[in-house]
Amino acid sequence: MAELKLTGVSKIYGGGIEVLKDINLDIQQGELVVFVGPSGCGKSTLLRMIAGLETISDGTLEIDGVRVNDMPPSQRGIAMVFQSYALYPHMTVRENMAFALKIAGKSKAEINASIETAARTLQLEPYLDRLPKALSGGQRQRVAIGRSIVREPKVFLFDEPLSNLDASLRVATRIEIAQLKEQMPDSTMVYVTHDQVEAMTLASRIVVLNNKGISQVGTPLELYKTPKNEFVACFIGSPAMNLLAGKITGTGETTTVQLDGGGVATSNVPTLDSDQGAHVNIGVRPEDLYATEPNANGASLYSGEVSFTEALGEVTLLYMDNNGEALTAKFIGIHMGLRGNTVALSAAPDNVHLFQEGLSMLHRAQRS
Amino acid sequence: MSPILQAVLVITLGVGLSVGYFWLSNLILDNVLFPAKGINAGRNINLANAVRPWLFLFPAFAAMGLYLAYPVFETLRLSLIDRDKADAFVGLANYRQMMDEPKFWEALKNNFLWLLVVPAASTLMGLLIAQLTDRLRWGNIAKALIFMPMAISFVGASVIWKLVYDARPEGTEQIGVLNALYTFFTSNSPEVWLTVPFWNNFLLMIVLIWIQTGFAMVILSAALRGIPEETIEAAVVDGAGPLRIFFRIKMPQITSTIIVVWTTITITVLKVFDIVFAMTNGQWQTQVLANYMFDKLFRANDWGVGSAAAMVIMLLVLPILIWNVVSARRELR
Repeated sequence: MAELKLTGVSKIYGGGIEVLKDINLDIQQGELVVFVGPSGCGKSTLLRMIAGLETISDGTLEIDGVRVNDMPPSQRGIAMVFQSYALYPHMTVRENMAFALKIAGKSKAEINASIETAARTLQLEPYLDRLPKALSGGQRQRVAIGRSIVREPKVFLFDEPLSNLDASLRVATRIEIAQLKEQMPDSTMVYVTHDQVEAMTLASRIVVLNNKGISQVGTPLELYKTPKNEFVACFIGSPAMNLLAGKITGTGETTTVQLDGGGVATSNVPTLDSDQGAHVNIGVRPEDLYATEPNANGASLYSGEVSFTEALGEVTLLYMDNNGEALTAKFIGIHMGLRGNTVALSAAPDNVHLFQEGLSMLHRAQRS
Repeated sequence: MSPILQAVLVITLGVGLSVGYFWLSNLILDNVLFPAKGINAGRNINLANAVRPWLFLFPAFAAMGLYLAYPVFETLRLSLIDRDKADAFVGLANYRQMMDEPKFWEALKNNFLWLLVVPAASTLMGLLIAQLTDRLRWGNIAKALIFMPMAISFVGASVIWKLVYDARPEGTEQIGVLNALYTFFTSNSPEVWLTVPFWNNFLLMIVLIWIQTGFAMVILSAALRGIPEETIEAAVVDGAGPLRIFFRIKMPQITSTIIVVWTTITITVLKVFDIVFAMTNGQWQTQVLANYMFDKLFRANDWGVGSAAAMVIMLLVLPILIWNVVSARRELR
């Protein structure tokens, strides 16, 4: 049970291709940290560097205060759950779990005790003498998790563990992982996924990776409510946050933005007098938009024609268009017959984000 | 007519006739026998589709029957009769005569020796080379070189190795590598290696091992690459060293391929003929069954004993062949 510290970690592949640059991150004991990011952002590479399966080109990685850059994976005190489960196909579930313990020279009694405990936790007791091929996908995933639990590692590493499961099983296994984490409150876990829901539900903190570096680190709701930049704003939340270009016309505690599409937005993000006339993007989440009466002096935030709708039952998604400027809105409940109509939308000033050159104006004070 | 022209003509005729057969028979089936029109169109299409595979398989079946199945029964018949006594049925007399010959037992004993050594050595070396060259930058060049003997005929290989084992009179320069080294490092006179009983068997086996290692290496190398990388990484994380990964993780995952390679080479070994024929012709106690059969059949003109020897070879190969096919099919699944 440990703390993980990355300082200036970089990864450069042969041929000078830089994948990760200057990653600084502190992971406390007992945290479940989720790495998310678009494909190719290096999140799996970063995890494999922590595991020791990839070399660290630059910087230091410390586990419990010990530099482990050059330590082989087995001595780092980590255990890894792979995307494809990576079970040994010729060994039974019991042998799969015992493999690492046998190498570590544990006694038979110790090995059996650990396996029994893990099997009970993961409800694998009836399957201990089966081969992996006789198990379902969810069971295999549990064996893979069991194989890491028995080693009692300091840090658990999960590499997209649910992406090979079908949708319903994924939800069930996600909850199992959350419960597992609750049973082992002291264990440190690092989890890589491209699935936002997994990230939002499991993480104590999320690390959003993009463009070779960390875009933002924070609790799930911090990232949702106060994204530091347009990338995080659009990456967290589904459908993505709407960005509309405009110019600041009123500054102070609340800011007024005259949008290029004709609407007017008010935001509770404070601005300075010098920001008057600055070109900015406002960001509004689809779920924060509500319909208003179109107003004669154009005071609504956005007004456009509904070009397409998706009725999901619990919510209805409206895809809108205003002379080429697209926007997505999410209304609670069922709204039939809106297609082709012109709808005016507004949002509460609390829910309107301001971005200048891609960066949040709310976080400006912290930056300078 | 020049031989090249002849060859081109034969190839053109052969391929043309084959294509012609498939095209024409298909045409007749669809248009004359079961035309896809009229009131029975639907039934005719189904019938034509049921017949078509058999139509296309027919040439292969016919050829297999003529050249493989028929000779088996003919050989069995020949082994039970005596041609010198107007084809009289003699029961197992030929087999009894064969078993009374020490040369037969020598051949059988040598064949078992080959069986023990060659498949094991080829498979092991193939596996070793496949594993060792896997991560090397020049691994592919090494593999190509090791695979090359596969392209040499057994007789060609025998000639090459006969030169390696060659002996020249004492005092003259040794052109055989083995004797050159032997006389250089010891003060002994050159040895005629192929006449040293028992050990000369191994000198012959080396030729086949040299050829078959490349085959084993190529197949096993592909199998090793087919092992999921993540299982190996999982083993690394679990703390397994390279040897343990090789023996406990990699080898068990390619067992069926190893069996297929092993049995395939075993069958080749049981049929080994050319190498012995070209190098010693079974002299100095190097006889093997296939060469013994050839000796009896075509030199001594003893059809009865020759056919009996052929039947013994077939009986030895059969169970291994079945195992081979079963393993290969299991691997395909």
